[in-house]
Amino acid sequence: MSSNTQSSNKPSTIDLVNKNLAKRYRAEKRFRGYGIASILFGLICLVFLFTDIIGKGYTAFVQNYIQLEVQLDADTLGISDINDPNQVAMANYMGVIKRSLRERFPEVTGRRDKRKLYALVSNGSGFDLRKQMEADPEILGTTQSLWFMADDDVDTYIKSYSKDGKVFTGRTDEMQQGWIASLIEADQVESRFNTVFFQNGDSREPEQAGIRGAIMGSLFTMLVTLLLSFPIGVAAAVYLEEYAPKNKWTDLIEVNINNLAAVPSIIFGLLGVAIFIGMFGMPRSLPLVGGMVLTLMTLPTIIISSRAAIKAVPPSIREAALGIGASKMQMILHHVLPLAMPGMLTGAIIGLAQALGETAPLLMIGMVAFIVDVPGGVTDPATVLPVQIFLWSDSPERAFVERTSAAIMVLLGFLIVMNALAVWLRKRLERRW
Amino acid sequence: MEATANIENATGEKVEIMNDVVAQPNVDDIHETVGSPFCENAKMAMRDVQVYYGDKQAIFDVGLDIGKNEVVAMIGPSGCGKSTFLRCLNRMNDTIDICRVEGSLKLEGQDIYDPKLDVVPLRARVGMVFQKPNPFPKSIYDNVAYGPRIHGLTNRKAELDEIVETSLRKASLWDEVKDRLQSPGTGLSGGQQQRLCIARTIAVSPEVILMDEPCSALDPIATAKIEELIAELSENFTIAIVTHSMQQAARVSNRTAYFHLGKLIEVNDTEKVFTNPEHELTEAYITGRFG
Amino acid sequence: METSTLFAFLVILMAAAFFLGRGRSLAQAQAAGGVRRLNSLPSYYGMLTLLWCGIPSLIVLSLWLVFDSVIIQQLLIQSLPADIRALAPAELGLKVNTIENMALTGMTAGAAPYELEAINTLNQLRGTSNTALTGLALLIAALAGFWGWSRIQPDLKARNQVEGAFKFILLACSCLAILTTVGIVLSVLFESIRFFSMIPITDFVFGTAWSPQMAIREDQVGGSGAFGAIPLFVGTLLISFIAMIVAVPAGLMSAIYLSEYANSKVRGVVKPALEILAGIPTVVYGFFAALTVAPMIRDTGTSMGLSVSSESALAAGLVMGIMIIPFVSSLSDDVINAVPQSLRDGSLGLGSTQSETIRQVVIPAALPGIVGGILLAVSRAIGETMIVVMAASLAANLTANPLEPVTTVTVQIVTLLVGDQEFDSPKTLAAFALGLMLFIVTLGLNFIALHVVKKYREQYD
Repeated sequence: MSSNTQSSNKPSTIDLVNKNLAKRYRAEKRFRGYGIASILFGLICLVFLFTDIIGKGYTAFVQNYIQLEVQLDADTLGISDINDPNQVAMANYMGVIKRSLRERFPEVTGRRDKRKLYALVSNGSGFDLRKQMEADPEILGTTQSLWFMADDDVDTYIKSYSKDGKVFTGRTDEMQQGWIASLIEADQVESRFNTVFFQNGDSREPEQAGIRGAIMGSLFTMLVTLLLSFPIGVAAAVYLEEYAPKNKWTDLIEVNINNLAAVPSIIFGLLGVAIFIGMFGMPRSLPLVGGMVLTLMTLPTIIISSRAAIKAVPPSIREAALGIGASKMQMILHHVLPLAMPGMLTGAIIGLAQALGETAPLLMIGMVAFIVDVPGGVTDPATVLPVQIFLWSDSPERAFVERTSAAIMVLLGFLIVMNALAVWLRKRLERRW
Repeated sequence: MEATANIENATGEKVEIMNDVVAQPNVDDIHETVGSPFCENAKMAMRDVQVYYGDKQAIFDVGLDIGKNEVVAMIGPSGCGKSTFLRCLNRMNDTIDICRVEGSLKLEGQDIYDPKLDVVPLRARVGMVFQKPNPFPKSIYDNVAYGPRIHGLTNRKAELDEIVETSLRKASLWDEVKDRLQSPGTGLSGGQQQRLCIARTIAVSPEVILMDEPCSALDPIATAKIEELIAELSENFTIAIVTHSMQQAARVSNRTAYFHLGKLIEVNDTEKVFTNPEHELTEAYITGRFG
Repeated sequence: METSTLFAFLVILMAAAFFLGRGRSLAQAQAAGGVRRLNSLPSYYGMLTLLWCGIPSLIVLSLWLVFDSVIIQQLLIQSLPADIRALAPAELGLKVNTIENMALTGMTAGAAPYELEAINTLNQLRGTSNTALTGLALLIAALAGFWGWSRIQPDLKARNQVEGAFKFILLACSCLAILTTVGIVLSVLFESIRFFSMIPITDFVFGTAWSPQMAIREDQVGGSGAFGAIPLFVGTLLISFIAMIVAVPAGLMSAIYLSEYANSKVRGVVKPALEILAGIPTVVYGFFAALTVAPMIRDTGTSMGLSVSSESALAAGLVMGIMIIPFVSSLSDDVINAVPQSLRDGSLGLGSTQSETIRQVVIPAALPGIVGGILLAVSRAIGETMIVVMAASLAANLTANPLEPVTTVTVQIVTLLVGDQEFDSPKTLAAFALGLMLFIVTLGLNFIALHVVKKYREQYD
């Protein structure tokens, strides 16, 4: 090691280096380990979250039905004239169902026990029977073998029964469990795909509760958001990229947009309450108002991504258009916007996906109300999917837990589709310059 | 002169990483380096070196010795592979995923590309100064002390102070910065930054210093200082320097290697290369017909 | 006429205006000797006529829609009997609400005579307003459109005017951002000022007791109505701090591993996977925190002999931290990638290992950017609502123990504002005062963070 500059009584550099190497490599390994551990932590959380939700929620997609022999005699029902819609509507359907339950289990006598017996089927069974009667009045006077939705406690019990050895009894007692076992033995319990979950609005009865109302509410809210935020966002982006002079006002707008993008969503809810509802006197719970609040919230995202898309259009194309005498507006409308469109659409979809999952500001403007009817337009009171999830998650019934998880699965499904669409759009349509 | 004309075409467009190298038929004909690429007292010995970037070959069959306490200058047109070759000598090319090196490269008889060899001590022995000054965003003192600290060369403050001072003195920077050792290294001028980087390199007491166009980002006065410094350093260190400036090569080096399109065309004593080149390509380059 | 029908009519009118304007310019061009005589293309004349027809009427339409419900409500109140009008504003508002609801649903069973009358008045007022609006909007559209049409001449600079209007519309759209900020500031500020006129600001900022339930009647017990926000601030900070303890190391280390160690294949899979975490709605995290994580922590704590609340700050903070991991990681990834390769080369060239390079060169160089990113993450944690609404407590405990339940600013805002509210009670107004605090803090954090990150980027550009 003659080239060493240190004086000869000291150990040479390379010996010193080698002496410490093992320690340094251990540190290197540890550091790498931390990195891998962090990533694994994130991924495990992700997997855990998904398995937890799917594990809790997949059972909501089936619903148990109980078969009963129902004697639809006109007397008990109280229908004297089948052509009178009023009579058909008001008939005592629950009465005949209760009677058939009593007939199925004749040993039940006490009042209390009878009530327990009636609780085997859903409270809404009468409505279901009425719908069948309205659809086919011929069944009046006959005895039909009909399927009725099991009550949520019964449904949960049967599901836990078939899932594994550990049975969740919930609010069912031993007597009810005996009846259920007897029904199962007689093949009078059937598990079907839960269409009600996708057809109904909200309900206090878990087995009757569905997400259709929430989905339609989300749809209308998103429609308003899209129609407002996309044109306004694109227009603002065009102004800032193509027209805005470099001055204080433009700076102010830019700083504002960047800051608004990071303002907590709940603040937009306060704005909605104070301005739209308090000042303009708009009604609560409307998808229209919700859409307006979400528009203000997503605008910064859309403006920022639209600006990036417009920036990506090479200046040569602008110069070419201006060079042959196109006006600025023509240049923008004919060349810049069509070329930037895929990027802007991608941004809009991502912004909408954000808005679709947003809950807090909508709670503020009253979309948290209990609404049974499926909304038919932007001015019908409605709730949205995330708020529905919030509402159900608060309900004590166990059957609502699985429904909440199922609603989350549906919501995540929508979000995955939207994000996949954005990725596809970006890959498919975005030009490489 | 058909060959030369073609080469001029090819080198007219300055390619960064030798994209079109393979397409040059006339250079394909050159298989041997003229002059004296090898020497007896070799610190580093390279034979049949091939370097690939993905599918493209950037260095062809290069053989070269770097003698102990010698300054070897590597010159050649842009994209000729001289920087690529230099970065092979302390395996800095490892940081580029697609880069692959073949052949034998030895430091005092030890294979640099031996898979079992550890790059950390290798780089402590073969230091490098880069094209653009790249001081760390730390104080001047911490910049110089960085190498000794990570390598654990000392754990005594006084000794570290001494290393820092000696290194800065050797890099002729001490007098300019001794009063502000704690101010950030990025606040120095370009020339000072580059000398700081040199001080940082010699603080580890490497055996070989690789310099990749160390003056290309500097003004003439700073360049002159660095050149002076190289001459002083050559007393203690073995130096390989890539340079764009033929004058610089002529001023600082003992031997000069001329690279062209990934091949080593000629290696000779610097004086001979610049006064009486053996190969017509070398002559064409130093007379300024291309480059 | 329904607003949507009216709108459709206006659109039809505008389309007609376009063709009429274009037709008139063509006819005039014919007379003047060809389209070349026109100053602009015929479609610009059509466009100009369309703008004349549409813009004034649309402005009137939107102003009307914004203000008519307020005006109608005032008129309705005027029409009510004097004894009703004399009621306190809160009760009067309730009455008006009832009347409006009955008018909306048509269910008037059990309504008092004056209410029936009011419903009638309301319906009448609404009818009149609607008719007036329809007539006015259509009239303005027709008149302005006609005026624009009649101005068409070959030398009218239609293109310049259309482009001017186009630019103006774009400018107006971009100013909406400022309007939003102004709207936020005004809404929270005005209500806060009203709140501070009832509750002294010092009591709010420095008070240590929070129980916003005001007694409605004098003789009711409990609920003295204390508005000391310190427990909320402490709770918010505690949960945010827990979230940061989870998110910052995990996010930063994942970003470092992905950008410095992982090959492109691993990066291509892991990065989008982690980003899924950022795309999951917060309500889902809230559900996860409340129903899975909180019981898990409680049970673990119990088995270790600790008493852990099922609404512990730990559960909410932990889940919030998981949510913020990808946020920290993608921001750090950006700043780490902005560190020039030459610095890494310089360090590696001296023989340092990769982790030494990262710890001693890359991270110090990226530090301002990383700090900026963390500040943004903190602002996000402070403003996060759903997770804490679902997993944190409602009770305002002043504690720094993560195993105990705490409440946060956002939880209280939601609790105070959800459901029917009166805009005059301090309970409702307190939500706006909290909102003001939240807005100021997050705005400040964002402002500093964005500034730091911007300066950092300029350094290496």
